Amino acid sequence: MIYRETGQFKATYDADQAIFPIAQDRWFVWAVMAVAFLVIPFVIDDYWAAAVFLPLLTYGLAALGLNLLTGYCGQVSLGTGAFLAVGAFSTFKLVTMFPEMNFIVVVLLSGCVTAAVGVVFGLPSGRIKGFYLAVATLAAQFFLVWLFNKVGWFFNYSPTGQITMPPVSVFGFEITGPSATPAASYLFCLTFVVVFALLAKNIVRGRIGREWMAIRDMDIAAELIGIRPLRAKLTAFAVSSFYIGVAGSLYFAVWLGAAEPTDTFGIDQSFLVLFMIIVGGLGSVLGSFLGAAFITLMPIVLKNTMVGGLGMEVVTAKHVEISLIGVLIVFILIVEPHGFARLWQIAKEKLRKWPFPY
Amino acid sequence: MILKRMFGTLAAALVAAPLMVSSVSAYELVMPSLDYRTGPYAPNGIPWANGYTDYLTMLNERDGGINGVPIKNVPCETAYNTKQGVECYENVKDTEPSRALMVEPRSTGITYQLIPKASEDEIPIHSMGYGRTSAANGEVFEWIFNFPVTYWDGAAGILKYIGDQEGGLDNLSGKKIALVHHNSAYGKEPIPTLEAAAEKFDYELLLLAVDPPGQEQGATWLQVRREQPDWVIMYGWGVMNQVAIQEAVSIRYPMDHFIGIWWSGSENDVLPAGMAADGYLSAAFHAAGDDFPLHDDIKKYVYDKGLSQGERDRIGEVLYNRGLINAVYSTEAIRTAMEIHGTNEVTPAMVRDGFESLKITEERFKELGLPGFTYPIEITCANHAGPRKVGIQQWDAEAKEWTLITDFYDTMNDIVDPLIEKDSMEYAEENGITPRDCS
Amino acid sequence: MSIETIFFFETVVSGLMTGVMYALVALGFVLIFKASGLVNFAQGVMALFAALALYDFISPDGWVYALFGFTFPVWAGIILTIGVMIILAWLIERLMLQHLVKQEPIILFMASIGLAFVLEGVGDILFGSDVKPLDIGIPQGAWDWAFDHGFYVEKLDLYAAAVAAVLVTVLAVFFHSTRIGRALRAVADDHQAALSVGINLRTIWVIVWSVAGVVALVAGIMWGSKSGVQFSLSLIALKALPVLILGGFTSVPGAIIGGLIIGVGETLAAVYVGPYVGGAIENWFAYMLALVFLFFRPQGLFGERIIERV
Repeated sequence: MIYRETGQFKATYDADQAIFPIAQDRWFVWAVMAVAFLVIPFVIDDYWAAAVFLPLLTYGLAALGLNLLTGYCGQVSLGTGAFLAVGAFSTFKLVTMFPEMNFIVVVLLSGCVTAAVGVVFGLPSGRIKGFYLAVATLAAQFFLVWLFNKVGWFFNYSPTGQITMPPVSVFGFEITGPSATPAASYLFCLTFVVVFALLAKNIVRGRIGREWMAIRDMDIAAELIGIRPLRAKLTAFAVSSFYIGVAGSLYFAVWLGAAEPTDTFGIDQSFLVLFMIIVGGLGSVLGSFLGAAFITLMPIVLKNTMVGGLGMEVVTAKHVEISLIGVLIVFILIVEPHGFARLWQIAKEKLRKWPFPY
Repeated sequence: MILKRMFGTLAAALVAAPLMVSSVSAYELVMPSLDYRTGPYAPNGIPWANGYTDYLTMLNERDGGINGVPIKNVPCETAYNTKQGVECYENVKDTEPSRALMVEPRSTGITYQLIPKASEDEIPIHSMGYGRTSAANGEVFEWIFNFPVTYWDGAAGILKYIGDQEGGLDNLSGKKIALVHHNSAYGKEPIPTLEAAAEKFDYELLLLAVDPPGQEQGATWLQVRREQPDWVIMYGWGVMNQVAIQEAVSIRYPMDHFIGIWWSGSENDVLPAGMAADGYLSAAFHAAGDDFPLHDDIKKYVYDKGLSQGERDRIGEVLYNRGLINAVYSTEAIRTAMEIHGTNEVTPAMVRDGFESLKITEERFKELGLPGFTYPIEITCANHAGPRKVGIQQWDAEAKEWTLITDFYDTMNDIVDPLIEKDSMEYAEENGITPRDCS
Repeated sequence: MSIETIFFFETVVSGLMTGVMYALVALGFVLIFKASGLVNFAQGVMALFAALALYDFISPDGWVYALFGFTFPVWAGIILTIGVMIILAWLIERLMLQHLVKQEPIILFMASIGLAFVLEGVGDILFGSDVKPLDIGIPQGAWDWAFDHGFYVEKLDLYAAAVAAVLVTVLAVFFHSTRIGRALRAVADDHQAALSVGINLRTIWVIVWSVAGVVALVAGIMWGSKSGVQFSLSLIALKALPVLILGGFTSVPGAIIGGLIIGVGETLAAVYVGPYVGGAIENWFAYMLALVFLFFRPQGLFGERIIERV
């Protein structure tokens, strides 16, 4: 009754092609933005920033990046952890080499470096397909992590190979380092995420996005209608890696503050991000964030309910938590293999007809 | 709709959970423990966690806490994972009523992550024999303690033992020493020390990195077999230890020339290799075994009442005792803090002072029921690592026992001290810290 | 022969043996992939689970002893564990597989990771997370006779190779000469065609997962004897992936030969190249090696040729 597009007339092509053609969707998005920008910064504290919002934003951005590659272009990658590492180490090197450089520029440059690396490791996609490609990207995963662990230049020859982020300010607000306020770090990440989400939404609606989707749906057919497969795949690798690189930069600099290659950028990160887009919905920008929210929040909610709420032993709770996460993932895949994004769509369909379904 | 309801429940759970935790009236001493009873390192994390928690439970049962103030032990599961460790830290640090009096991360990775955060939050960190070695410099690392000994001293101590066996450190010249290490921040810690010593004593250092977890080390040990080093030092953790000892047995490397750091010398590490592991050596900073008076108290007050998660016959294992000594250090620091500040309601800042003037004598260890368990310690403003002594223990596969075969001795401070100075000053510079004046 | 030559052969033999250990894990992947098109990441956890179950049947530390006051002899323990794996296979089919028919491979892969989480959590709750020294009487250590002649080869590895050979032979006979085996091959070829000639797909799945469970048990015993049974055992699945891409997901001989190539390749690289670049290169080298092979045969050495039609 409330949610329906009847009566919303569009007089221009621009209006017709808007990202959110329905007014209610627009309002909803604006409301979410208002809460995110105007309410949360005032209530956020250390715990919520470190355990909930920063993970959500950085993983959300990484998931979005992977979704561009896997969801839109159909190329499965298990190298996400390594690409996060490339972003993180680029940031570290840039910040320590050019301390005066504006941090926003640093983050964007880190994205560009990652994009270049991504293209190199995307080259096999010209010949290898499907799951074989996924395992081939694992080569990138293991090789890059090994490289960052071994070559002293990357971690400024610190005796342990750990990298630590020095404090950095943007527009006079400290956003990294221990004395940064949670609100400043949060807003910094949020701005990046919103801008890049918007950008992604537009990329996938444009020519490039359509090429990707054509390749995903059937690469031979796409080739026949004049799309160059390797170029489309490599652009997908580049854009996706750029996103993941930016995410890696924020992940290391703003959220964690210190990192160690094997532990922070391991193969489990690659799986985690892949989980996010599968559970959230392949080929959906919103889905990437829903998936990231689910995978990062689920353990915390389970833990807090079981330990805090039900008074369970911490260990038992952890074991139950691992099993429950597994059960939930299988359950979601069985019930809705297209992820939360699809559920959201169904909900919207239902809502249109509510309360008088025909 | 389903989705909305789901998010509703999620939000409710999130909001409700912290509320339910905080319903306390009288003053309590909050001592969080960042356990890892799950994940690949659980076999090591469990005895450690049990030893730590059992001691606190025992104090609560026997003495009603520390000076009559009960201890509130807040466990949090990290699975040895850095991110979960940080989440745990943020979760426990403001626990009512005292806030977390100290944090013991029990993982080098988590320690590195928490050093800047905890310094900012003004919560002392005690990383006992792990973590960042240069935190020994109290002038730079005001809130971080890593007594009684550090990784670098461990390496120097092992070298010294090797020197003794070879008839003097000068005889190391021309010898070949291999370091088999966990390829992580932790495993790479001893490399600068060993390299500095290699220059001084002119031995050949062979570095063999093993990627964690270290399930497959065939190639590593083939290299050992080819190079035939005179001694092998190991910095391993978890499954890497078991596999390394097994492989060393296979290539018939003499066990009494194979020395692990204190994290590579527990029952778990040697048992899978069976009788063949007999004679394997490891560094240690405390004794093993359950024949100290304290263990009797723990059995009486904790196990007889069924208050422990552990098994009775595993009391006294190396890592269990490590948990014990960890808890002893921390509770003694709280006791010291109560003394110097004249109040029983101590805060994290006071406990930091307690750590900084902590002094546990031979006598005091006897009172605590741990005579001869470890060496006396004294922490000062400038020295956060204490006396930094090491002993060597040997595995007796027949009796299934670790026995100390040396006294606790001083390592090579002339090599380690300059390295600590250099690394801590670099840290201070990178992070804009002005070292405080301790004199 | 000079010392160096002997050492070179030692390295190759050791690599081959390592390869056999990888192949044991990869074998389980291949079986399940053939029958249900699923890259079963849970294979490593299944090996852990099987080894844990076996330990509990035969060791005085296990809960069989705690409950009933006796332990089973090793052979009975193995049979009982096989029973457990069959029940597990049945449960997996009931609760998971039958609901996931016709899904994308990536979804199936993710579901198997979900399954791995479940088994991991349940395994921890049931059996605890200590290191369990598994000893079923397989001799370990260097083979004395060869060692005295200056050649090092590990006994456990030799046994593993023998067991793997027996296992592959039995599987080959099973697939080629039994009724069930023929049905299995039919299913692997074409699900729909198999269904239409009256083969019960669900029964076949249970059987294949049970066989994969047995293979997991063998892998669990071999790896577990080396390091003790513990959580890290589940991570051996990662070691099997390069073997699979190299050998092809659909071929049993591919798994064996792929395992051998990877084993020898990475051991040689680690010993002869590793020291010059700082060591610990085994992990990425295995994947790079597989990647090189993929450039020439994008479906793996023995994989089925991918035919694409518009």
